[in-house]
Amino acid sequence: MITAEALGKTYSSGGRPLPVLQGIDLVIDSEAFVAVVGPSGSGKTTLLGLLAGLDRPTAGRVTLDGQDLSALTEDQRAEFRARHVGFVFQTFHLLPTLTALENVLVPLELVGGAREARNRAVALLERVGLGDRMDHFPAQLSGGEQQRVALARAFANRPKILFADEPTGNLDQDTGATIVEMLEELNREARTTLVMVTHDLTVAERAHRVIALAGGRVVSDREGGGGAAVVRPAASDVAGR
Amino acid sequence: MNLSFAVRLAARESRHGARRLGVYMASITLGVAALVSIHSFRDDVARSVREEADVLMGADARFSSGRAFPDSVTSFLDSLATEGVGIAYVTTALSMVQAPASDDVRLLQIQAGDGDFPYYGRVATRPAGLWGSQANGSVALVDPAVLTQLRVSIGDTLVVGQARLLLAGTVEDVPTDLGYQAAIGPRVYISRQTLDAAGLLGFGSVARYRAYLRLPDLAQHAVIDERYTEILRATRVRYELAVDQADDISNGVRFLGRFLALVGLGALLLGGIGVASAVHVYIREKRTAVAVLRCLGADQWTVFAAYLIQASGLGLAGSAVGVVLGVLVQGLLPGFLAGVLPVAVETRLSATSALAGLGIGVWVAGIFALIPLLQVRDVPPLKAIRQDFESGAPRMDAPYLGAYGALVGSIVLLCALEAPEPTIGLGFAAGLGIAVAALAGTAWVLARATRRFFPARASYPIRQGVSNLFRPQNQTVSVTLALGFGAFVVGTLLQVQASLVDDLSISFGAGQPNVLLFDIQRDQREGVISMLPDAARDGVEVAPLVPARITAINGVSSDELLARERGPDRPAGWALRREYRNTYRSGIGRAERLIAGRWWDGTPGSDDATVVDAGDLARVSLEEEVARDLRVSLGDTLSWNVAGATLESVVTSVRSVEWSRLEPNFYAIFEPGPLDDAPQSTIIVARIPDPETRAGFQRDLVRAFPNVSVLDFSRVQQALDAILSRVRQAVAFLGIFSAIAGLVVLVGALASSRVQRMREGALLKTLGARRRQVLLVLLAEYGALGTLATAAGLLLSWAASALVARRVFEIPFVPSPPVLVAIWLSVVGLTLVVGLAGSRSLVARPPLAVLRDVPE
Ligand SMILES: Nc1ncnc2c1ncn2[C@@H]1O[C@H](COP(=O)(O)OP(=O)(O)OP(=O)(O)O)[C@@H](O)[C@H]1O
Ligand SMILES: [Mg+2]
Repeated sequence: MITAEALGKTYSSGGRPLPVLQGIDLVIDSEAFVAVVGPSGSGKTTLLGLLAGLDRPTAGRVTLDGQDLSALTEDQRAEFRARHVGFVFQTFHLLPTLTALENVLVPLELVGGAREARNRAVALLERVGLGDRMDHFPAQLSGGEQQRVALARAFANRPKILFADEPTGNLDQDTGATIVEMLEELNREARTTLVMVTHDLTVAERAHRVIALAGGRVVSDREGGGGAAVVRPAASDVAGR
Repeated sequence: MNLSFAVRLAARESRHGARRLGVYMASITLGVAALVSIHSFRDDVARSVREEADVLMGADARFSSGRAFPDSVTSFLDSLATEGVGIAYVTTALSMVQAPASDDVRLLQIQAGDGDFPYYGRVATRPAGLWGSQANGSVALVDPAVLTQLRVSIGDTLVVGQARLLLAGTVEDVPTDLGYQAAIGPRVYISRQTLDAAGLLGFGSVARYRAYLRLPDLAQHAVIDERYTEILRATRVRYELAVDQADDISNGVRFLGRFLALVGLGALLLGGIGVASAVHVYIREKRTAVAVLRCLGADQWTVFAAYLIQASGLGLAGSAVGVVLGVLVQGLLPGFLAGVLPVAVETRLSATSALAGLGIGVWVAGIFALIPLLQVRDVPPLKAIRQDFESGAPRMDAPYLGAYGALVGSIVLLCALEAPEPTIGLGFAAGLGIAVAALAGTAWVLARATRRFFPARASYPIRQGVSNLFRPQNQTVSVTLALGFGAFVVGTLLQVQASLVDDLSISFGAGQPNVLLFDIQRDQREGVISMLPDAARDGVEVAPLVPARITAINGVSSDELLARERGPDRPAGWALRREYRNTYRSGIGRAERLIAGRWWDGTPGSDDATVVDAGDLARVSLEEEVARDLRVSLGDTLSWNVAGATLESVVTSVRSVEWSRLEPNFYAIFEPGPLDDAPQSTIIVARIPDPETRAGFQRDLVRAFPNVSVLDFSRVQQALDAILSRVRQAVAFLGIFSAIAGLVVLVGALASSRVQRMREGALLKTLGARRRQVLLVLLAEYGALGTLATAAGLLLSWAASALVARRVFEIPFVPSPPVLVAIWLSVVGLTLVVGLAGSRSLVARPPLAVLRDVPE
């Protein structure tokens, strides 16, 4: 479960404060699939970064799975991400010097100890349909294939929460749709909480819940077409899972 | 930190990184190779010298003296001979040698010795087997150079003094030689009887007397030492063991080797700058990957460790190649240096040198990579989702300060360890630091000026090329440093050398004396002067030479003074022990200036005009440095032993002397009178401009006065020119070496910025540039880079060579623009060649490449 309380981020540009996010209160249930939408510059990426603990808020706080992120040091947050959080990026961000298989192995090896790491990585790549491309480098894969490797990598550690920032933004309609389907399936199978930023409204409609941002504030928070997620007014329940 | 992950990541990354960073590690390779070969070869030479100590001396021990052995010494040598010790006498002297066949005369070195010397090693002659024949009867052997100098061949007659000798053959190889000796002062080998009969050893002649010993039992040495120490001290005869001589030589070799090692270390450290620069670029390109790793949960130090392991691994590989290269070079050196080395050098693989080279290489690579690698920690994970996100300036935290401290500390420590003496090493480190800082500063100023004032109307490819020097993540500074340092070293050496040559030609030039006549006996003086050609009469200077030793200063005996503790009031040993060749005259010489006291006629000194009352003691004028080292000043008394008689004197003036002028100059000059009747010889300097007249005069003089020697300065100049051309070769070697080091850094810089260049080139083409234009951009960039580097290096070398010329050699600095232009052209040319060779594939690349993010 993810909670954000009075979350705010203000940059100073040219000496003047520039509020990018203001007073965001959110509770996202475990295993939910939430889409974040909004016009460009509305603060979607900023919100995602704060929720994932990649950046520190200037106001409020974030709790992931009962853990208050502001109480952790930078390296402790990294450790927390390694164990509980997965990422999918718009530009895929595979490590160009590693093969597909090695890319999937990264999170497993970071946590260490997983003796069956390799088997799991192979299984995941097969699951996304790339069983025969495991030793290829990213430059030898198409965009869609790269994003499928990124999916396999994101799910490698069975994360409790998965963040995706416009995962289909760099892909054509059909390929994008395949990726979202896979995300949904994996989300269901692994019982992961999925937070996805998207511009694509048809994609957003598949989510359980759609949060719309504008000017750094939540302007609408409604049920999506994807299912029976409970829409709650912000911060009515802060209890951990 | 997750070490096992770091190791795994490093191993996987290096599949791609190795090629790009690998070229850069070549700069480490060169330095390591230099260090390993110098270290091991130094040991090889030192060891071989020691193993061949007896061959080097030709005996087990030797006695030597500047005058004929006194009876006390000859009698104990005789008694040693009865105990079974082999004793061979060798006397060396200078003499005019005349060849009737060609009518040429030359001043040559005469070596007169017993036939059984050397006791160890074989002397090779041509025709073979002649060695020994010269020791009996009227036969001479010569060094091969004598044949050309006197224009004679085997079978001709040579006249040495009053003796006529048959030139029977040449001496091709003398094991006791330090190789170059025969080239500098070619010798004529004759018997001792011939030397006596030739009548060369007149009063005051420059000769060296030696007795070589072959000890049946080396333990005898201790006995000799003990039994004869007193006699040896009293007679100033030197006793020396072959092993001690070998130790001296091998210490000299080590000392020299350590200087060379500093050059190698310099190359290594320059390579280090290259490594730092390459790693910097590499890491900047890896920022996104680092951010992703951080997103996936890798902590700062894990990522840092992964890249540090990668850099060190490459450093290890680069150093290992360097070690192999160094060992190969070590094996080649004896062949290269055969003419210069004292002994046949046997090379041996030295594990310590190899390991030390490997260790130093890895350490330097690691420590230079450390600072740019620390940037890895500052990459925020946020960068993965926000491409343009940049964190602020790198913080100056404890690890950074530690890394800088370790870097400076390592450099200083390495320099101190490699140098002949720690202080020299510290000086070298400081000099290196100053040179690099000054170079970087100059380059920065030049770069800014270029950017500011570069004409905007220049054609597009040129402007683009020049502005490429300032592209983000450019390596302009490090390449400038490396290339500029090469230009700096070469420029400084060549300009100093040019100034030296210039100064020499002034010394030997118009108006300066060009012949020196010496060993003129008292009764020959008037005769010799009368033989001088009319043209030479004017500038003739005649100076009597009176050998003397100092026996006491202010009444305290020399022995007592020497026995004192070293300190401010103990005179320097050299000044107290040496045999002085004093003169007396009434006037002040052309190269002299009186600085204290008064000349005989009352002329005051420039700094201090004190009048010293000499009473009835002889008045003497001292040269300022010898006065300082003797710790005497105006009014102090000096007692001299002049041919057995004692002469008391008072210092009444002090002179400064311009020694580089070719005038007869003296440490001590007496007023005329007290020395008039002392045993003495005479030297004369004169100027005989016409070479024909000069040659004729020498022939006539030798016929009339066989014992008088003539030094023809034009020959000296030729010899000096020969030495200078050797220096030029060494300079060329150092220059080529530093140029290669610079080029390796250039190659590395090109390799590590390949991806960027490839994108730029492809982008240009996508935008419609033709291949020729892309090529022109590159040409402009490399041309500008080479020019920038040389301009910085040469500007600095100008200052440095002016400083070295004036301060170290005390000669006027003569700038030589042709040298500078030549260096500039060659560096720019090399930069263009290397740059274009490395960019061929870029120009040929299809524009499609820009669309795909191909990792190297
Ligand atoms: N480091 C920064 N300094 C100043 N302003 C920033 C910084 N980072 C982001 N912003 C501003 O914050 C606002 C929100 O940015 P954000 O990237 O979160 O928008 P977004 O909704 O993700 O937009 P898009 O759909 O284009 O990705 C933008 O106006 C942006 O200019
Ligand atoms: Mg965004």
